[in-house]
Formats: sequence, structure tokens, C-alpha cells
Amino acid sequence: MAFGPHLLLATLEGLVTAATLALMALGLSLVFGVMRVVNVAHGEFFMLGAVLAWAVASAFGGHPAIGFAAALVISPLVVGAIALVAERLVLKRLNYNPEATIVATIGMLYIIQQAALSLYGPEARPVEAPFTYRIMLPWFGYSGYKLAVIAASILLLGATWYVLTRTRAGMVMRATQYDSETAQAFGIPVERVYAGVFAVGAMLAAIAAVLIVPISQAHYLMGRDPLLLSFVVVIIGGLGSLRGTVVAALLIGVSDGIVSVFFSPTLAKIIATLAVAMVLVFRPQGLFGTAAR
Amino acid sequence: MTPLLTTMGLSRHYGGLMAVDRVDFSVMQGEIRAIIGPNGAGKTTFVGLICGRVQPTEGMIVFDGNDITNLPSYQRARLGIAYTFQITSVFANLTAYDNVALPVLRTLTDGRARGAVHAGVMAALERVGLVGRENMIAGTLSYGHQRLLEVAMGLALKPRLLILDEPTQGLSDGEIDNFIGLVREIARDATVLLIEHNMPVVMELADRVTVMNAGRILAEGTPVQIRANAAVQHAYLGTPEEGAADG
Amino acid sequence: MNESPAKAIALHAGVIALLFGLNFVLPAYHHGVLARVLVLTVFAMGYNLLFGYAGLLSLGHAMFFAAGLYGAGMTMYHLGWGVPAAFLAGLAAGAVLSLVIGLLALRTKGVAFMIVTMMFAQVLYLLIYYFSVWTRGDEGLVIQQQARAIELGGTRLDLTDPTTRYMAALFLFSVVLVITLAIVRSSFGRVLVAIRENEERTKMLGYDTLANKLAAMVASGAICAAAGAAYVILFGYVGSTLASVQYSILPLLWVLLGGASTTLGPLVGTLFMYYAVDVTSAHTSAYMLVVGVALILLVLYFPKGILGTVRDRWARWLP
Repeated sequence: MAFGPHLLLATLEGLVTAATLALMALGLSLVFGVMRVVNVAHGEFFMLGAVLAWAVASAFGGHPAIGFAAALVISPLVVGAIALVAERLVLKRLNYNPEATIVATIGMLYIIQQAALSLYGPEARPVEAPFTYRIMLPWFGYSGYKLAVIAASILLLGATWYVLTRTRAGMVMRATQYDSETAQAFGIPVERVYAGVFAVGAMLAAIAAVLIVPISQAHYLMGRDPLLLSFVVVIIGGLGSLRGTVVAALLIGVSDGIVSVFFSPTLAKIIATLAVAMVLVFRPQGLFGTAAR
Repeated sequence: MTPLLTTMGLSRHYGGLMAVDRVDFSVMQGEIRAIIGPNGAGKTTFVGLICGRVQPTEGMIVFDGNDITNLPSYQRARLGIAYTFQITSVFANLTAYDNVALPVLRTLTDGRARGAVHAGVMAALERVGLVGRENMIAGTLSYGHQRLLEVAMGLALKPRLLILDEPTQGLSDGEIDNFIGLVREIARDATVLLIEHNMPVVMELADRVTVMNAGRILAEGTPVQIRANAAVQHAYLGTPEEGAADG
Repeated sequence: MNESPAKAIALHAGVIALLFGLNFVLPAYHHGVLARVLVLTVFAMGYNLLFGYAGLLSLGHAMFFAAGLYGAGMTMYHLGWGVPAAFLAGLAAGAVLSLVIGLLALRTKGVAFMIVTMMFAQVLYLLIYYFSVWTRGDEGLVIQQQARAIELGGTRLDLTDPTTRYMAALFLFSVVLVITLAIVRSSFGRVLVAIRENEERTKMLGYDTLANKLAAMVASGAICAAAGAAYVILFGYVGSTLASVQYSILPLLWVLLGGASTTLGPLVGTLFMYYAVDVTSAHTSAYMLVVGVALILLVLYFPKGILGTVRDRWARWLP
């Protein structure tokens, strides 16, 4: 393949990464922004989403689309429930103290990872895509499903934007993010908002995982790299900025795809990690966010 | 005689809000200067600019002939500017002794012998009247005693300029009387800037009074002059200025 | 300060003497475990200096441990350096790295500091992979037995001999314990605690808090690197898993368990956790579960750790 088509392929792959990354990073950003909590276990919610998707899909026989659709509904709900329980049992009791919550979420990471290892096993297992349709581009055929993932992600991001900016629930979340004390004074049940946001954040990660699992398999360690990339996106895009998250996800996803294809995946990760560290050191509000109150 | 501290055109804005607005101020060595004004006048921000907690948006600060405008707060403390916080900011989990030991360690230039530290700490505690409580955890001291501990920490720095931010707030009448005596004694060695709302204390202690309102200096003068000043009364009470009243 | 220097010194001397005596009575398996635990405790003590005393929670200390590991390991493996030189190389690598990282990371606070340190450590971990040519990635480097010995005068101290190895580990532990105790009781130690308790107040008392934090970071990094160098010298192996994020989490766990801001806490925590994992591994492979549950329980109900709670309830003088 010549350079041009190679670049297009890398870009398309990058867009798929960006699509799922945007969803996952949005979940992290919401939790970070509204609750001021760094959830290190976010990658494990992602992994759980994928593993549950496999479990649900294998339970449904027949056409893969049925199993997939079921997984798309059931998996995020279960993951959201688990996140809710974790939030009520642990995070709330710590009063959302920043250091303590990080340590606690690290503990959750270990527990969830171990649970997956013990119950699901160390193997990587595939889930069948709901449809296999190849789109013929001038130089190569490309998976229709992957393009569908990009479309689905755009839809979901749009829906989230709509909820955040046009509905009362979204306004409540944004108010709590902006100033939780004042929000409480106005009668907003901040604790319930926190619980809800934490669950929604986990669900977004789970949905991203369900979308990606037909492309890459479900494995108990699959949460690690996406977690790192999500962090990079959230920090570079700026806290609490939906637009920033999307732009950063595009940037990171596509460049990760390109660097991985043309150079090495390890180098891509090194650059991404170093970038986020430097942004935090020198421009902590990211590229779009406003400095925290 | 040159003033110990001068500010020229000192300003601090937050977005559109001018918390401190082009303030020209000076205080002479050995003075006890009170800064008064209604809530939100910018008094704490102003002294924050002087001690380095807050960065100015404009203007200059000169201390003892040196331009300290861009000096970080810890270096200003070393030059001799000590600040006691408006909201008590002692090390709550350390004993009173350890609290005062920190500034004492800072000022000891002749070795860190335990003896020298001990002497310095006890001297500071004695001046404020907290001897006997040095082994108590600072957070368990009564509010009034915590305020005194703050002052002791300021004193332990052997400051040239001691800034007291609402020091009598929360103190009982008896404690306030003792406090007045303490400040007079401090003023023998140091210059004192005192932010206060308690007018009797101001009248008793201050050599001169600076009145701030909405970030600017409204009036300056002796306590008697200020008390009679109609503009000051207006700022505090909002009453319409009476003609020429008592003049 | 309500201090009893005699009590503290006696306690620490007693602990060292006890560990010395254990050399002669422990069965072979536990003897080897304890040697390893002592080296890892040094790692924990370095971490404790920054976390327990200065109050800076780093999630990237594996990078300093790795600096020592690879600094000593690679100089021995590729350049054939002797033990003392290799140890110094590891120590220097850690000190330099912590200085550089400190200058960058200390511009941030709180959560940002945690993330920045985690990210820098991750970069180092990835670099170890990227330069597999020299580091052999996760396969790692095995240091030959003959290289792990010290020539002292005429005698040759073979560090692979269990007793010599144990004594070397104990020696390093004792030195670092004494250093920690000295720092804690010094004015530098007081300033670090003050910075942890109320940084702004400390600045207003005339202290250059950034310089102090940087000094703490370099001391911490150097001690952790010393542990890393000792680890590869005494146990003959360095691999990339020892530089992974797990080794940034473990010292946090050990210190929290034993009691942050106590001098002997790291020893208690490391020992306890090592055996806890060891014992559970015998029954199930779910060791991560133990770590996870321990972290959550600790942070929920037991934030002061074992010695921290002991100090609060019974022994206020415990340093």
C-alpha cells in the first residue's frame, strides 16, 4: 500500500479509537469534574463492560446481532449498578477526600481485576460483531462495523451533550460541578447527584467497551491502556469541558493511531504519557478548561 | 524620617472587581497603625499584598528601602514582615510548643542547639501569657488562646512589621484588655499594623488610623479625627452626611 | 517537644538487635524472605519520608526504585562494574532522577501531583520496554553469581551466601533507619511536617517550602534507589515488572498499613503485607484481591495504620 492509503487506514483506525476513547474519557471527566474524584478504577469498569458483553452475548444464541443488542443494554446497566454500590459503600464514607478516594479506587481496581481473572479467566475471548459488512473504499475494504462504531459514538456524545445542556438533570449536574456548596444551598441533593454521576461515568465506559469488544477481544487486563489514554484526554481537554474532551479524544485517538501504525505503539504511549504530565505541570487547566475554582 | 513601609498605586483586581484600588499608603517605624473599614473594604487583601499572600496586579511595595513587590512571601517573612491570619491558622495537630518552635528555628542564626530553641519558644509564649499550656495540642486550645498562639508565632519571628488581622475577634473582654497591653509592649520593638473592627481597641491603641472603603483609602488621621469624620461615618453607617456638624 | 530521645533510640536499637539475632535462629525460607523484606522496607522508608512526613502522595515511586535497580543492574551486566560502584551508580541515578522529577512535579499539588508522578513513572516503565536491547524488557537481566561479591581488603564477601546477604540487607536497613530517625527529629523534619500540616502558614513563617519539598523528594528518591540497587545486587535479578505501576502502589500500601509518619511503620507494614500475600497465595491465586481489600479497609477504617494507631492510643513518644 502506498503512503496515502496507509495514512487513510491509520486515520480511520484512529477515528475508531477516538470514538470509544471520547465516550470513556467523558465518563472520567464527568466524575472528575462533578465529584472532584480521580477514579483509577475507571479502566476496570471498561473491562467489566467488555467481559459482561461477552457473557451476555454467549448466553444468547441465534444471530449475533441479538446477543450484541442485549449486551449493549444489559452490560452498562450492570456496570452502573456495581459502580453505584461502590460509591455508596466506599467513596461516600470517605467524604470524597481526594487522597483517600484515589487509594480506595486503586483498591477497587485490584478487586475488580482479580474478580475478572478468577471468574472469567486469563484468556482473551472474542465477541461476534452484529454484522459483517465491508465498505469498499478506493484502495481497500474497510469494516462497516467499525464505521458504525464511529457513528454510534457521535450519536451517544450528541445525546450526552443534549442531556447536559438541555435537560434539568444536566443542569443539576453542571450546577453541582460548578459550585457544590451553593448547589446544596439551592436544594440540590448533591449526594444523589454524586451517586448518579459516578454510575453514569461507569456506564459510559461500559458502553464504549461493548462497542469495541467485537473489534478487539475481551481480556481482564484490557482496562489499562484505555485508562491511561482517557486520563490524557481528560487532562489535555480540560476538566468539565465536553467540547474539550471530544477535541482531545480526536487528537489523541488519531495521533495514537498514526504513530502506532507508522512507528511503534510503545512510542505512541510514551509521547502521550509525557504530554499529559507536561500539560499538568505547565498548564493545569488543559487546553479548554477553566481553572478550578 | 523615611517610612518603614510604603505602597504606591497598589492594586489588585479579580476579574472586574477592584479589591484594592491604587492605594498609596505609608507607615512609620514604631507606629501602631489601625486599618479599619466596613466588610469587603479590601483590608485583608491589602495586607495580603504587603505580606505576599496575594500578588498585586499593579503598583509597588517598598519595605525598609527595598522594593519587595516581586518577592515571594517566605522571603518577606525573612525580611521581617510577620502576619497573623484572620482565620486562625495555627498547626492544629502540633503542640503549642512545636507551633512556636518553627518560627524560632527560623530566626536562630547561632546554631540550633536545643537550649536556644527552648529559650526562644518560652520567651515568646511568656509574652502572650501562654506559659503552662505549651504541651497542649494547639487545636484543643480555646479560641482566644489560639489567637494568642498566633501572635506568639508572629513575635517569635522577631519582626520589624507585625500585621495583626482582626486579632481580638472572639476574645472575651478580659482577654481583650490583656491584649491591648501586649500590643503596647510589642510596639516598643516593632511596628504594628492592626486590622480591627473593635472601635474601643482602635481608639486605645492606634497612633494613627487608616480607613478603607471599596478598595480605596477613604481617610487617614488620628483616632479622634477619624471618629469625627463624616465621610467615615457615612461609609460605616450609611447615614446622610450632616452639613458641617461639629467640624 | 515532649520527647524521650532515650526511649526512641533504645527502641530502634532494640529492633536492629532483634533482627540481627533472628539471623541465627530463622529457618532458611524465612531467613531469605526477611532479607527481601528488609530491602523492600528501605523502599517503603524512602516513600514514607515523602508521603508520611512531607505529606506528598506520589503514585510514581516505582521510577526511583527502578532507577536504582537498572542503574546498578545495567552497570554490572553491561559494564562489568563491581558491587560498590554499581550501588553508587544506582543511588546517583535515583538522586538525579528525583531532582529532575521534583523540579517538574512540585509545581503541582494534590491530585495533580499524584497524576503527574504516576505519568512520569509510566514513561520510565515504557522507556524500559522501548530500550529492550539494553534492558531485556520483562525478561530482564540476571546478574551472575560471581559478580555479586565485595572485595574488602583481602576478604571476599560473597553476597549470594544467605547469611552475608541477610547482613548486608540488615546493614542497609539500619543505616536508613538511623537516617530517617535523624531527619524526623531534626529541624528539617519539623519543617516537612509543618508543610504537610499547613503549607501556607509555613511559608509565612519564612520557610522556602518549595526548596524543602525538593530536598525531601531527592532524599526520598535516593533512599528508594538505594533499595533498588540493593535488590538487584542481593537477589541477582532486575526486570520490568519491578518498575511497573504495581511497585508504585505497594509502598503506599505498606506505609499506610504500618503507619505513615512513623519511623518503624514501614517495617511493620512491609513485613505484614508480604506474609499476608504469601499465606493467601498458598491457598488461592487471588493475591490482588487481598491487596485491594486491604487498601480499601485501611483507608476507610484504619487510616493511621498499625503503629500510627498504637502511637495515638498508648505511645505518644513513638517517632
